[in-house]
Amino acid sequence: MSALELRGVSKSYGAGPTEVHALREVNLMVEPGTMVAVMGPSGSGKSTLLTIAGSLEDPTSGEVLIGGASLSGMSRNQRARLRRRGIGYLFQDYNLLAGLTAVENVTLPLELDGVPARRARVAGMAALNGLGLADRAAHFPDQLSGGERQRVALARAVVGERRLLLADEPSGALDSVNGEGVMRLIHAACKRGVAAVVVTHDAQLASWADRVVFLRDGRVVDQTAPATGPESLLVRGSGQ
Amino acid sequence: MSVRHALLALLSEGPKYGLQLREEFEARTGEVWPLNVGQVYTTLQRLERDGLIDSDDTGEDGPQRGFRITTDGRRELDDWLRTPPDLTAPPRDELVIKVLVAVRLPGVDVHDVIQVHRRYLVELMQQWTHLKEDEAEFDMNLALVVDAELFRLDALVRWLDAAGGRLKRAAADPPATEPAPDAHPAPRLRRRMAVRR
Repeated sequence: MSALELRGVSKSYGAGPTEVHALREVNLMVEPGTMVAVMGPSGSGKSTLLTIAGSLEDPTSGEVLIGGASLSGMSRNQRARLRRRGIGYLFQDYNLLAGLTAVENVTLPLELDGVPARRARVAGMAALNGLGLADRAAHFPDQLSGGERQRVALARAVVGERRLLLADEPSGALDSVNGEGVMRLIHAACKRGVAAVVVTHDAQLASWADRVVFLRDGRVVDQTAPATGPESLLVRGSGQ
Repeated sequence: MSVRHALLALLSEGPKYGLQLREEFEARTGEVWPLNVGQVYTTLQRLERDGLIDSDDTGEDGPQRGFRITTDGRRELDDWLRTPPDLTAPPRDELVIKVLVAVRLPGVDVHDVIQVHRRYLVELMQQWTHLKEDEAEFDMNLALVVDAELFRLDALVRWLDAAGGRLKRAAADPPATEPAPDAHPAPRLRRRMAVRR
């Protein structure tokens, strides 16, 4: 069963002559344990795709299935619960709450979901620990570097039982070493079974994905072939 | 890649045998640039002829012959390290030429051509990134070589993105008066490219 499936998803804004088609008939399947990158220029529909996949916005037509369940068949409450429990979001500007410490930011979605504080804290510390941030748990966001803030945001996105990670330019504000660090951590989360969709215009980030999908004017126009191993690079080198 | 200077660099650490030089060269370049034994010994002979290295006076070639760098050799190595490679003349880039041709050719969608190349470059980048995945086994030399390749390929993807954006904007907002075919700056372009090597 796919962690995420988009079936013929279209999205348009406005009507008549001012109507804008942000997405047109997009089909996409993301299996558990895989990372799919979505590349495209500004205005190609990347972010709209992500907000629809995360049930933050409804498609104009088409269907979104998360873990095999169609979003259109769910009540508002069911969707809200799915967003809290099943989906992690990661944004370029971290979206951490300034008045909460790192661990409080991470545990917030669990506590909102009714997980007892003590259990939430254990899960939060485990997530921070997994990202090498255990000693930063009591720090507030403004006491952390950009790379650390994004790792806290990532810990919040994968804490608990989340099986789907949706990331919008997750390392856009970071230098290349920290950007690679974030992609390495998303990659590691996928190895543990999380499915990830990473929207980016950066080919170096996209190259961490198992599959890269290219969007142009709201349509999926192309995608990479299943990744071959790096051996071919070394074989090619030995012939020189 | 200057094998000559790479061998001088290895010998600047201390005397070494020919076979050892080959193994260390490959290890230091992350095994991305293999070297055959013949190439190593030919280069060593030339370095010795030029007074940049000395060898043990055993009178025979082979794995038992040791080499060491001379004072002139150290000077040569230092000069080479600090001399920037010649990047002034841009190469006659085949990718750029294909896109330039696609722009002018009737019946060809330049954006489709750009996408074919973009996908190929990203697939290549995926293979290089795959080498980085296991950080524990990723040695520094290989890391530097892989980063260099990724940045080089990334620059090409960015150029394709910029070209696609520029062409799209131009199509959406064409100039008020379309220049006559004769006024197209192709001759100027040809002249510029003619000076490239």
